[in-house]
Amino acid sequence: MQMDRHSHLWRNAVAMPTVSRVAVCGGTHGNELAGVYLVRERLKRRADGTEPVSVVTVMSNPRAVQLCVRYVETDLNRCFTRATLSAPVSETSPYEMIRSQELNALLGPKGSAQAVDLLCDLHNTTANTGLCLITYSDCDWICLHICKHLQREMASTPVRYVHFDIPLNEAYSLDSVGKHGFAMEIGPQPHSVVRSVIFSAMQEGVQLMMDWICQFNSGTLFEGGWVDVYTMVKNIDYPRDSETHVITAAVHPNLQDRDFCLLHPGDPMFLSFSGETLRYKGKEALYPFFINEGAYYEKGIALSLARKRRVEIPSVRSETLR
Amino acid sequence: MSSRTNISCLQEAARVAIFGGTHGNEMSGITLVNMWIQNSAEIERNGLLIKPFISNPRAVEKCSRYIATDLNRAFTPENLSAPDVEGLPYEVQRAKEINRMFGPKGSADAYDVIFDLHNTTSNMGSTLILESSTDLFNLQMVHYIKKAMAPHTCSVLLNEHPQLKYSTTRSVAKHPVGLEVGPQPQGVLRSNVFESMRTILKHALDFIEIFNSGVTFPPCTVDVFRVQERMDYPRDTNGNITAMVHPHLQDCDWEPLNRGDPMFLTFDGRTVLYEGANTVYPTFINEAAYYEKQQAFMTTGREILAANAIRKACK
Repeated sequence: MQMDRHSHLWRNAVAMPTVSRVAVCGGTHGNELAGVYLVRERLKRRADGTEPVSVVTVMSNPRAVQLCVRYVETDLNRCFTRATLSAPVSETSPYEMIRSQELNALLGPKGSAQAVDLLCDLHNTTANTGLCLITYSDCDWICLHICKHLQREMASTPVRYVHFDIPLNEAYSLDSVGKHGFAMEIGPQPHSVVRSVIFSAMQEGVQLMMDWICQFNSGTLFEGGWVDVYTMVKNIDYPRDSETHVITAAVHPNLQDRDFCLLHPGDPMFLSFSGETLRYKGKEALYPFFINEGAYYEKGIALSLARKRRVEIPSVRSETLR
Repeated sequence: MSSRTNISCLQEAARVAIFGGTHGNEMSGITLVNMWIQNSAEIERNGLLIKPFISNPRAVEKCSRYIATDLNRAFTPENLSAPDVEGLPYEVQRAKEINRMFGPKGSADAYDVIFDLHNTTSNMGSTLILESSTDLFNLQMVHYIKKAMAPHTCSVLLNEHPQLKYSTTRSVAKHPVGLEVGPQPQGVLRSNVFESMRTILKHALDFIEIFNSGVTFPPCTVDVFRVQERMDYPRDTNGNITAMVHPHLQDCDWEPLNRGDPMFLTFDGRTVLYEGANTVYPTFINEAAYYEKQQAFMTTGREILAANAIRKACK
């Protein structure tokens, strides 16, 4: 019975190429410190080469890391669109544009057969998101299975899968350079601070990802199932003064820190400085996330809203072994 | 300045300033001060001149702590007396300007009170920071504020340490008071933190108005935490930190730390214990801005300060 079931699963599993080359990137934003310290530790320990899979560990934005700022001239994690990667650069180009092309040459080129198989880009957020894998695909079985593995194995950290429905050419972040890729985003942590609980969660997340990849590459079959996927629908900006554009309200105390708790029409969203409660006016109940992320004030984002749906994932196995 | 039966007669507090943006990424004070510059109704009090003021506008514009150097360390005698030459760091120029507008520091013309509004990534809650254990006006004011805020806790931090005390923006005034509310990430505005700071200031201004009206405040005592020592992170030979604040210490500002308690956790999982002989009360635990100042946290000791009764001096 057991053998029949197993061979049935085997035949029906989706066979996928092994994940032979992995990149672990940190410091894409120089003040998101868990990733910075994790990359430093890996480089110190010369972790690359000690693992069964080929891993390259990269400090993405060393100048921003040195200054402990998000970016020096422009946000590096918005520089990976097809257009920006192929634009001509000179010494007067913004530092991060030059750097994005360097990273694309090192870990890509994006969209080509030479690109790393999986790129994991480490981030922190001031929002209370727990651990999120953020990607551009809702049908990347490798990423979805890794998510499922982390959810199963990480006892004390909520793990969620967040999807931005953007085609590859317009995908702007570093993780889009790999054949598979995601940002591993963990919050809450203030920028320029490392909290040990957050660092440990990130370390555990990366280790579990590596474990999954090694098992997958050595022929393990991972049974299918389902994963809740949060697909980004829209961003909401702060209420602003119509003339000065200055923010006139803060995220409401009832919404602050309630990432991924369903927001219903009529729920409080902002508390104005004059004491007025401003409510969610949308027609559809949605899931808020990145609530009050410090770096997003300048991008005009107070929170993002997502739709949740259950995605069925097939069993997978690596295609090189029979 | 005492008259009969131990009532200290103090000068009226006629001119008060509220500084926001001494650090350009500490959002509660910046938001409050900008709001009050637009509309000062909330902060107006009888007979009081109250000036809301953005102390470091260039840093606020950039949403960074400072441009060239920390403004809140810049009010040293050397800086304040430096000649007006080109090439002075922005914050040194600014310190001299602030000293002209609200000082001169140490003179009879200085503003009576300056409230300097700050946020911290540390879990300090609402904290009032004093620089002198003998400033009766300030002691009576914090006593009033603490009572008015109850049951919400207001801790009082006293930094009178000869080496660790620093030349703050507010030190230009006769009665400097620091307001520090956390935890709040840099560059972020949290509603509850904003409202706490707003309420503290409301009570502070009420106190000043009541004092100026001639009311006698009876003798009182104030529980304070007195700064003792700065504790740095363990570092390697390159100066990089090799450990993080231990999870058992993280967010435990104002709670006792005893010998043998966990203090740091190295990146490879080893616990470093606190070895001090006496119980201390740590604060500013894991403040983002202090990594570069070699400070993981500060230790303090608990003390009770006594203050005489006070009353406005008759003219």
